[in-house]
Amino acid sequence: METYRLEIKDATVAYNRVPAIHHLNLKIEGGHCVALMGPNGAGKTTLLKTIAGLLRVETGEITFHGHGLKRVASEIAYLPQREQVDWDFPITVRALVEMGCYIGLGWWRRFGAGHRQTVDQAIAAMHLQSLAHRQISALSGGQQQRAFLARSLAQKARIFLLDEPFAGLDRPSQENLARTMRELAAAGYIVIASHHDLKNVADFFDQMIFLNGELIAFGDSRTVFTEENIARTFNTEVFSGTIA
Amino acid sequence: MRRALLGCALIGFTNGYLSAFIVLRRLALMADALSHSLLPGLAVGVLLFGFSPVSVFAGGLVAAMLVALGSEIISRSSRIKEETALAVLYTLAFSAGIVLLSFAHVQVELEHYLFGNILGLSNSDLWITYFISLTILPALVALQRPLLVMLFEPSVARSQGVNVVALNYLLVIFLVLAMISSLQAVGVILALGLLVAPAATVYLFSDSCPALFWGGGLVGATGSCLGLLLSYWLNIPAGACIVLLLGLTFFAAYICSPRYGVFRHLFMRRHLHEESLSRWRAEPGHAHASGPGPAEEK
Repeated sequence: METYRLEIKDATVAYNRVPAIHHLNLKIEGGHCVALMGPNGAGKTTLLKTIAGLLRVETGEITFHGHGLKRVASEIAYLPQREQVDWDFPITVRALVEMGCYIGLGWWRRFGAGHRQTVDQAIAAMHLQSLAHRQISALSGGQQQRAFLARSLAQKARIFLLDEPFAGLDRPSQENLARTMRELAAAGYIVIASHHDLKNVADFFDQMIFLNGELIAFGDSRTVFTEENIARTFNTEVFSGTIA
Repeated sequence: MRRALLGCALIGFTNGYLSAFIVLRRLALMADALSHSLLPGLAVGVLLFGFSPVSVFAGGLVAAMLVALGSEIISRSSRIKEETALAVLYTLAFSAGIVLLSFAHVQVELEHYLFGNILGLSNSDLWITYFISLTILPALVALQRPLLVMLFEPSVARSQGVNVVALNYLLVIFLVLAMISSLQAVGVILALGLLVAPAATVYLFSDSCPALFWGGGLVGATGSCLGLLLSYWLNIPAGACIVLLLGLTFFAAYICSPRYGVFRHLFMRRHLHEESLSRWRAEPGHAHASGPGPAEEK
């Protein structure tokens, strides 16, 4: 199994010269499902967007397998928050997954049998065969997340960045999605998702990043999921479950 | 009449095809603003170069592009949002157009451009329409993949290296060109109808983007040709008749579409709950298959 390595060195990201993330250093290996934890305004979405190449780093650099982000853009899949998606867009699950092949195809290259097979495999991997011809708003929240993950698979992404993927999902759908994310990690990919529910984070993710403008802690869930790190990240001593 | 029909088919198809992008990119408000900002361009074109299709085309193009780019520049360089800047600029342009028209004594001819006069389509008008159609349609077909990714999720498109800003500008340029091509058919005021109604109609029937593009073109072309023929038989203004027909088609779709119309529940299968019940009974663990289902149990 091939593994991948995402390296963030001394990264500072700013909006209008005001830094949202300060001098961040991280090394994430393939095969891990990583939770990005922090209160509102901690820089979770900023970090995901920066890794996706949507925001520029003021200092430092981000590399994947030793290459700059521009060179590996197609290997990084970014799944924005639910409210940023137009669910009425006239597109079925299959057409959405086909979209994953578009950038690699360019303007003119024909969508051939190989691409159809890639799309079939991605849909099958996310267990969406029976829903392939449904419009995306006619899916449940968990199915919608899996449809977007299938598109990322068709794109041949190696890094999956998910912004609040569990928001609005009921418990069984959350567990189902977490299982899918762990399967992707088990296949050697890097899965990073912002999350804020302390009750289930240790069940869903095997690594955690505690972020609050700067890195508080990063590592194996069993070692970094401590009251001290939670208190330092959320500025509270009380382990009270969900942080709004 | 044959020339007018050919013009209508071309203009209707091009505008209809583009209308899918206008609807998906939610550019209808901008299209409205730009249609009004064509007016000073027409007036300046006529004042500077006399009354000709080319002067009207060039004037309209420059004025609309100035308003579109101006609103973009203002929104990027200040805290003013784009639609606010657009509203200020297009009303400024429209009022400037009215003032300029008082200096250009060509009101009667200009009325053709305000309300359309498809039967007065000249050879040069037809050539301009050919040129615009042959620019817009192949480009939209060629750029369909990056455009689709951009229309669906601009942030994802940008992360994949799609030049979202350039594609947005291109869509606005095509919008202005298509609007100019429809001046002769329906005029400045009604141009928006041709640019929105076709795709808005198909949008109520289909969940496929290619169907929206080609269906929009087909509805636009058919509606324009039928509208022209109807106006000829009823002796009413052609531009208004075309847009009226397209608007009524939209309302018919809004009411009758089996998929997304207001009365769609009338078209739904009545026995869906029975199918669901039989599936539930067939599942392992529900051994009392012949017994009452979950609905009856309540």
